[in-house]
Amino acid sequence: MPHKWGMAVDLDRCTGCEACVVACHSENNIPTVGETEAARGRAMHWIRIERYWEGEFPEVQVKFRPVLCQQCDEAPCEPVCPTYASSHSEDGLNSQIYNRCIGTRYCANACGYNVRFFNFFTPSWDKPLHLQLNPDVSVREGGVMEKCTFCIQRINAGKVSAGIEQRPLLDGEIQPACVQSCTANALVFGDLADPDSTVSKLSKSPRGTKLLEELGTKPKVTYLQRGSWDDSQKR
Amino acid sequence: MTRKSDSSLTDDLLRPVFETSTKFYVTAAVLAVIVAAGFGTWFYQIYWGMGVTGDNWPVFWGLHETNFVFWIGISHAGTLISAILRIVNATWRRPVTRCAEVITAFALMIGAMFPLVHLGRPWLAWWLIPYPSERLLWPNYRSPLVWDFFAINTYLLSSLLFLALPAIPDFALIRDRTTGWRNWLYGKLSLGWQGTPRQWHRLESAMHMMALAIIPIAISVHTIVSFDFSMAVVPMWHSTIFGPYFVVGAIFSGIAALNIVMAIVRRMLHLEKYLQPIHFRNLGKLMLAMSLLWGYFVFNERLVTWYGNTPHEMAALWSTQLGRYSPMFWTMIFCNFILPFPLLTIRKLRSITATVIASCGVVIGMWLERFLIIVPSLSYKGTSYSWGTYLPRWPEIVIFGASFAAMALLYLLFSKFIPIISIWEMKVGEHSNIKVAAQVQESEAAGELV
Repeated sequence: MPHKWGMAVDLDRCTGCEACVVACHSENNIPTVGETEAARGRAMHWIRIERYWEGEFPEVQVKFRPVLCQQCDEAPCEPVCPTYASSHSEDGLNSQIYNRCIGTRYCANACGYNVRFFNFFTPSWDKPLHLQLNPDVSVREGGVMEKCTFCIQRINAGKVSAGIEQRPLLDGEIQPACVQSCTANALVFGDLADPDSTVSKLSKSPRGTKLLEELGTKPKVTYLQRGSWDDSQKR
Repeated sequence: MTRKSDSSLTDDLLRPVFETSTKFYVTAAVLAVIVAAGFGTWFYQIYWGMGVTGDNWPVFWGLHETNFVFWIGISHAGTLISAILRIVNATWRRPVTRCAEVITAFALMIGAMFPLVHLGRPWLAWWLIPYPSERLLWPNYRSPLVWDFFAINTYLLSSLLFLALPAIPDFALIRDRTTGWRNWLYGKLSLGWQGTPRQWHRLESAMHMMALAIIPIAISVHTIVSFDFSMAVVPMWHSTIFGPYFVVGAIFSGIAALNIVMAIVRRMLHLEKYLQPIHFRNLGKLMLAMSLLWGYFVFNERLVTWYGNTPHEMAALWSTQLGRYSPMFWTMIFCNFILPFPLLTIRKLRSITATVIASCGVVIGMWLERFLIIVPSLSYKGTSYSWGTYLPRWPEIVIFGASFAAMALLYLLFSKFIPIISIWEMKVGEHSNIKVAAQVQESEAAGELV
């Protein structure tokens, strides 16, 4: 049975520490673009913490929402790509195949979540930072789109080691960098095709919602809303 | 056999082909420098990356895409209008058709450049061509950009054909008056034209078929360009009216461009005798009709969005009505509606100058319209945390300016290549139509047409 990778994001647990953002940058060789370019809106964060305020000062409540590629089943980014750079994998991931990308940026415009990022310039890393690049992840050149892959290199590594040991993948065995680094366990990753996995159970929680559900994109990331919850939903 | 009026007409219209003034060389040189600056800027952009433009996250499309839609819109002046006028056999069309068809050919070539200019990796653009490659991958036929690729190429090929067909007798005319390499070149281009009744008959029927075929092509092309936007679930893009809305806007801006070009050609090549106020008046009426239709579509688009009242669409809508993009919106309304309306309706105001002023307004307004379709929608999509804005930077502006210079330069050079007014069609118009028909019938009866 093919896997169906998904994630649950518990908004009650997220502290907005942005450890996931940092972990994602270092795992996936995401360039930092510098102050000027960031001010121009060229910063690239495959996962970002959106900050919202509610109420008037001093009665202000801050809310955090980690937003990453929702790995939609009906992804608006996929049909619009003229060269199949953005396409659906067997595991249900929206893969981005860098070598095929010609840089129309149409996928980024079609994406309802603004989670696709463009290499406006060919990135470079100041010495000695170039030595810390992850060898499992290709470095993208200028003119190419990129986005969250659910750390596909880790998924593949997990599949390979399970295959060598001739056993099924265990729930929680594969952890994307953001999930691994989340101190509050707000992010849970796993196989939605396995009904007993933690992520499957959490996705069915009554607190579960999808981001911008009205777009009809069928995201595989579920957001668990804030609020009181009984022990049966505790994990 | 040639009548006095015929020979003076031929001389008048052929003069630009045979006589070249210093003014021409100076203008061409200036334009060529601007075009070269445009190409230089493009290479600068390729060398450093798309980052030299104003595009950003989340507004990934800006001026280049606006220019693309704008130029494809301008291209609807020519072939479409000329085809319609040929089919309804409007006799006043004769001096206008070639002027218009040339605009189509060049505006399309310039418009088709912009998808290349906007690519992150333009050296791979040929991956859109379907051929069994070593990559074992076809283009994605679900992508509107691939539809664009086919639509624009079809339109370009057929408009070039539509331009070349009625030029054959004029090529032959030049062939007969030249020697040396020109004689050879025009001899090749005129495809052995001898002016036999049989050849005339074939030309007429070929023209008729092309005119019929090109109308659906032209309409589908701009509908497909509108699909680039309406196929995406982006606020105010995802609309069912975009097809006709874009086609009307295209014809609208196309007529405006035609009026401006005609006025310039008339002045520069001294063709006052041939491009008369009636041509501007008639095209002005057509433009007025398009202005009303366009106004209806804009109203419709906004009313439906406002009534639907969904948060993202309202954010995009209000940014154009009262917010950040509102100065552009109201300038557009002024240029496309408030300015042309009195100039084209009030009889006393109607003149060539007034039509040209209205046309300049429409060209500016329609460019703004394309910008206002693309940029505000992208600014206000997704979660409100990721909303953004866009300001063009110099490379985009230089390339934008160079595209106008390229249009002027191509047109200028073309007017040296072939008379910008079709000589044989003018002659047909000067002889009474009945006489021509009678001649054809006579020759048919004589068995010359097999």
